[in-house]
Amino acid sequence: MKMPEPDQEVLAKRDYLVRRLKEIVRNPEGVIDRETDLRAFECDGLSAYRQLPMIAVLPETKEEVAEILKFCAREKVNVVPRGAGTGLSGGALPLADGVLLGLGKFNRILEVDYENRCAVCQPGVTNLAITDAVKADGFYYAPDPSSQIACTIGGNIAENSGGVHCLKYGLTTNNVLGVEMVTMEGEIVRLGGKHLDAEGYDLLGILTGSEGLLGVITEVTVRLLRSPEHISAQLIGFPTSEQAGDCVGRIIAEGIIPAGMEMMDRPAIHAAEEFCHAGYPLDVEALLIVELDGPEVEITYLNDRIGEIAKACGATVIRQSRTEEERMTFWAGRKAAFPAVGRISPDYMCMDGTIPRSQLPHVLARMNELSEHYGLRVANVFHAGDGNLHPLILFDANVPGELERCEQFGADILKLCVEVGGVLTGEHGVGIEKRDLMGEMFSEEDLKQQQRLKCAFDPEGRLNPGKVFPVLHRCAELGRMHVHHGQLPFPDIPRF
Amino acid sequence: MRQIEIKTEDQISDVLEWALAGKHRLAIAGAGTKIGIGRPVEADAAVRLEGLSGVELYEPAELVMQAQAGTRLTEIRDILGREGQKLAFDPPDYGPLLGHPAGLGTIGGIFCCNLSGAARVKAGAARDHLLGVQGFTGRGQAFKTGSRVMKNVTGYDLCKLVAGSYGTLTIASRMTFKVLPRPEKTRTVLVFGVGEAEAVAAMRDALSSEHEVCAAAYLPEGVARRSGVSYLQSENRSVVALRIEGPGPSAEFRCVAIRGLMAAYGETEELHGQNSGTLWRFVGDVGAFVQDDPGVVWKVSVPPAGAPAYLKRLREHVQDMEYYLDWGGGLIWIALPNHTATGGEYAIRQSLNGEGHATLIRGSESLRASIAPFQPQNPVLARISEKIREGFDPHRILNPGRMYAFGGEG
Repeated sequence: MKMPEPDQEVLAKRDYLVRRLKEIVRNPEGVIDRETDLRAFECDGLSAYRQLPMIAVLPETKEEVAEILKFCAREKVNVVPRGAGTGLSGGALPLADGVLLGLGKFNRILEVDYENRCAVCQPGVTNLAITDAVKADGFYYAPDPSSQIACTIGGNIAENSGGVHCLKYGLTTNNVLGVEMVTMEGEIVRLGGKHLDAEGYDLLGILTGSEGLLGVITEVTVRLLRSPEHISAQLIGFPTSEQAGDCVGRIIAEGIIPAGMEMMDRPAIHAAEEFCHAGYPLDVEALLIVELDGPEVEITYLNDRIGEIAKACGATVIRQSRTEEERMTFWAGRKAAFPAVGRISPDYMCMDGTIPRSQLPHVLARMNELSEHYGLRVANVFHAGDGNLHPLILFDANVPGELERCEQFGADILKLCVEVGGVLTGEHGVGIEKRDLMGEMFSEEDLKQQQRLKCAFDPEGRLNPGKVFPVLHRCAELGRMHVHHGQLPFPDIPRF
Repeated sequence: MRQIEIKTEDQISDVLEWALAGKHRLAIAGAGTKIGIGRPVEADAAVRLEGLSGVELYEPAELVMQAQAGTRLTEIRDILGREGQKLAFDPPDYGPLLGHPAGLGTIGGIFCCNLSGAARVKAGAARDHLLGVQGFTGRGQAFKTGSRVMKNVTGYDLCKLVAGSYGTLTIASRMTFKVLPRPEKTRTVLVFGVGEAEAVAAMRDALSSEHEVCAAAYLPEGVARRSGVSYLQSENRSVVALRIEGPGPSAEFRCVAIRGLMAAYGETEELHGQNSGTLWRFVGDVGAFVQDDPGVVWKVSVPPAGAPAYLKRLREHVQDMEYYLDWGGGLIWIALPNHTATGGEYAIRQSLNGEGHATLIRGSESLRASIAPFQPQNPVLARISEKIREGFDPHRILNPGRMYAFGGEG
């Protein structure tokens, strides 16, 4: 993974930068420059890649954020924003010549507004803390990435995080009403608010999922939903993954949108069962967890229908949760799938492609071939309802060459996803991990067009450079346009 | 002005090449039913995409459809209906409101204007259902964003940008979007004779309940009378309308529960099937203000609980107005008499108190040329928006000035 060459001029003035940043950030511990302390920030959830930042700053007010950005812009210093650093694509990987801007101190919920069914939070509030704050009143915040105990709402917006319930409740982008953002030039602006829709271009919509490349979020307004009356889950096992995939398709085609619909393949089932004894059947090739929420009468009605569909699709195991405890047990294995796989292998890499669901059998078969080719095992967990696949590639970083083989295997899986009409990443983001694969999905011109958007927000390219885009173009170069005057075959009359 | 009817994607490319070579400005539309929204566009050629029509991909089990931009919504609805599916954001038909026949609107038009009906409050806006766009930028380059899958964070989410850009960034040729099952049953609970502030509280209670109310509107008496639903016409009272959908047993259960919850606010009734459909089309299509005398119509988005206070402030400036509420109070439709000076722009926007935004949806060409139909942005956002436009369309040939007079364009 190649990152942009550090700017020697910036590195040379590090002491000066530290001194000035200490004047901006009031908290004496808010500027970190000692190597031992900087270690805490050297990677995010994609820990295979590490880099110490030049300096880390932990501001506490939006004014400090604005001052820091203004200062960095003036001094031509790159900035990497960071929430909790749980991201899985290296989006918060520091830069050797960059300031790491940690927003962990922005950890307060500012307002819970039931009149308008929303909450106003600082960006460093964890995803789960929002739900915790409103749970007693019967509300929750819907997107629930598996890292929700640690990941921050600011980071969720940067990555447009999903979770297991986005089939019914949408991703972050569908649940955010407004943000306050600081531009790289240090201007504090609001996008959206407690009302719906944008007055002009939907800047909030593009900020969401922009991986820290467009602005730094200092406040967030999210939609709150009323917690469902009842929740219930079914565990359904199939002799083949084709049958499981077919069942998912038929449930949806029959007009049922479950709150969540997860699938695990045999290796994942076995790893999870060994790890947390959820009572998963071990003689099946694929396991579905289908969760429903709503009034009891709806759950009973739909559970019956889903049971019938499952039987028709050849299910050999159908178990319905009878208690909340049992439902949690069903989920325990799925939620622990990553650590479970971590236990059966020294290292693993989690991929994140999305595919048209009908392609699942084909993709699984091809993945098995690739697994043999690379000599690396793979376990699959799958947000089956929306086609988001998480293959976990098992490897041992201590074996020379295995990491590289794993990376190659992962890249082949993602290329396969694109080949069948899917995408490189469903919810983890591009970051550095998939940066060099962007060309698989986008033409050169498409990528340039995306970077022109970046230029509108951050013309000098100071925010999180080296992420998302394989080639960094200068904005001036992107702006150029050549019109072929006089070369038209029909100079006067267009042929329509 | 030259009229250009697009039939194939290649023709879009040709038009752009021609336009760029000669610096010709293009007024772009689908069927043209919404060209009355926004600033009048001064152009050298009018480009219509309604001939670029046809559903190209539909996979009901994957909840996805792809259609050429000029495909009529009515056609898409028919095809979806055969599989028991629908567009969940209740795409409205502003045709009659803006002086056109009903049923002409295109899928490209609805997404490029990001227009959503009553279901927006729960199901999300048009933009939330747009998965992918193909088309051409004002540079004449083929442009593609998004995909056909529901979960995708690969690169910037430019679909959000295209949605609501009124043809100022791209000429979209193909839209890919999410579709959803049509609910087994739909019920509408009516609560009669409720005042404005109480109505907003009632809608808040309903939307905050666990009964998944999927639309909530308030029609003052005069508006209710025009709804075309006999129940409402004969009552001579204001009405709160709450829509409940779901599997049969569930919709019925919820309907009873909501009626129980609403009993404290007033007498309740319920609408089934066709009447329910008629009412929500009336709400979404702004049927209340489709009248012989085409007054000025504003669409105002506010924090839902703030609707009564907004109306109170507005009444201090404007006496002769009609309104109704959708989105639980978050959307206020306002009709003012034609002779209202500057279309009431100052009062409408001043009353926002900095929260929300107002868009002129119907107004004469001269009014639209003289005021800002779209809410003016703060200078920083305006600068960013203008640069975004420049990135897509450096020569400003696509619908120049339609949204804002960026850098004096249009």
